[in-house]
Amino acid sequence: MLSFVARRLAVAIPTLLILVVLSFVLMYSAPGGPFNSERPLPPEVLANIEAKYGLDQPFWKQIVNYVVGVVTQFDFGPSFQYKDRTVNDVIAQGFPVTLTYGFWSFVVAVTVGVSLGVAAAIKQNTWLDYLAVGISIGAQVLPNFVMAPILLLVFTLWLGWLPGGGWEGGQWNYLIMPVIALSTSYMASIARITRSSMLEVLNTNFIRTAQAKGLPMRRVIWRHAMKPTILPVLSYLGPAFVGMITGSVIIDVFFSTGGIGQFFVNSAFNRDYSVIMGITILVGTLTILFNLVVDILYAWIDPKIRY
Amino acid sequence: MSLLEIEDLRVTFTTADGDVHAVNGLSLNIDKGETLAIVGESGSGKSQTAFAAMGLLAKNGQATGQARFDGQDLLAMNTRQLNKIRSKDMAMIFQDPMTSLNPYLRVSDQMAEVLMLHQGLSKSAAVTEAVRMLDAVRIPDARARITMFPHEFSGGMRQRIMIAMSLLCQPRLLIADEPTTALDVTVQAQIMQLLGDIRQDFGTAIILITHDLGIVAGFCDRTLVMYGGQIMEEGPTDDIFSDPSHPYTSGLLKAVPRLDKETAELATIAGEPPDMSRLPAGCPFSPRCAQVLDNCRAERPSLEVTPGRRRACHLPVKEVA
Repeated sequence: MLSFVARRLAVAIPTLLILVVLSFVLMYSAPGGPFNSERPLPPEVLANIEAKYGLDQPFWKQIVNYVVGVVTQFDFGPSFQYKDRTVNDVIAQGFPVTLTYGFWSFVVAVTVGVSLGVAAAIKQNTWLDYLAVGISIGAQVLPNFVMAPILLLVFTLWLGWLPGGGWEGGQWNYLIMPVIALSTSYMASIARITRSSMLEVLNTNFIRTAQAKGLPMRRVIWRHAMKPTILPVLSYLGPAFVGMITGSVIIDVFFSTGGIGQFFVNSAFNRDYSVIMGITILVGTLTILFNLVVDILYAWIDPKIRY
Repeated sequence: MSLLEIEDLRVTFTTADGDVHAVNGLSLNIDKGETLAIVGESGSGKSQTAFAAMGLLAKNGQATGQARFDGQDLLAMNTRQLNKIRSKDMAMIFQDPMTSLNPYLRVSDQMAEVLMLHQGLSKSAAVTEAVRMLDAVRIPDARARITMFPHEFSGGMRQRIMIAMSLLCQPRLLIADEPTTALDVTVQAQIMQLLGDIRQDFGTAIILITHDLGIVAGFCDRTLVMYGGQIMEEGPTDDIFSDPSHPYTSGLLKAVPRLDKETAELATIAGEPPDMSRLPAGCPFSPRCAQVLDNCRAERPSLEVTPGRRRACHLPVKEVA
């Protein structure tokens, strides 16, 4: 197991390098630059600024400098857009916000999704099943950019119960709507996967054996059916978790939460090269990490898997 | 009073293509310590009879009639009442040992939970008892291996584990549903030997469900032959084998491959198993019967009861070839 983790982490390094190079090339080949504005700067000024940020150097030198800076000093460079701030500063400001509402979205999506899926499977073809399936289809077809304005309309404008935006250090009333808007579609997917997985498991021979033992249904479900049910859900949760904790641009835009998604979009518009790179590497690293976590959990749940 | 008394059992499955009648008015009984074979080809309703008694029918299945265990009707019980009997008084082992144990739980946990549930033992006492039972079914090095997972055992070993698990509470009735079908021949012999020992040591009554006549002879006191969800005939095993009174039984016996005779071709029963959603009005076997009479197709033969034997056939006993 340890050697498996070590091998996977070793493979992660070239993966990340390829990610860095690809993003760098894509950005470099896009027209425009961070300092192009509607009123062109005098050429001398532009040359000065580009020299300051190293943009006058050849492409290969820029990328090598960047990678060396990241690896040796964990330095992702200065932001091109936000004066006097480094990429680390920008991420340090936005990521905790995204992490907070992303984490709670994950918790809500998993608990509600799994419970809904299990309940629907146990009561297959009853009103409870139809209700659960209905809710999950409804939640799935309601994208968060529709969900968010509806929530704002109802809870802020009509009812006036919740603040319409902002963060305030992540107080609960500022958290509620972003979490609902972000978690809903994930919750729906989890519920659907759980339901079909549980239905399949309930038809297996070993569940029949468990029933033949005289075990109460509760115990059959929790002890005998839950582990195999959760495996397919787990492989969905890896990417879903990353998706949630890196947040969604939509959430930041609608609720002015100030998370990393907002910075990501702004930096793409403004050609803020270093911030784009920083956030891309962050998301890439998290993706690799959580896929590894999922694989480890797999081996922990399924005794037949040994690395 | 018989240990298990099944009367006019009917099992019907509701499917999109109409109702499937798996068991049609079956009656049987088995006494304490007795061994009964239920023989028939795939789809004859023998397994569904057992599932109905255990309350393990698929969700779309419905059982009517009576199945009295110790005088109490199992079919009238709810799951909670059934759970007090399942595995404690009446246990079942299944056809496919490869998939019948939970692959995600250790054998020790799967066995111990039975004793913790029915006898209120502590975990450690239950595991000790489980090891003893694994020793009894001759799992080598049981104490060390009990903490392993099912996939670490061979098919024959897994069936032994299933048998040990079903015997933990010393049930009075064990239903063995094709316990050796998925195993190779030498392992089959070992498992049958084991079941024989169990009957002797614990006095357990056994219902052996099988399509293999070879394992019935010399093992079961009585044999019941089923076709199309109905009884064709029933009687002491020796009599059934030496003197079949139903064309289906006699066809089955002729189809058993024999080592002591040179035959070019294996005898078969012509035709195909019946479609259980469209059973013929008369005898279910009539479309395939070599000795079919005119009234066989129109009229379902009633069960003729003579001392020790039952048969459902229009053909006089003497004329059965």
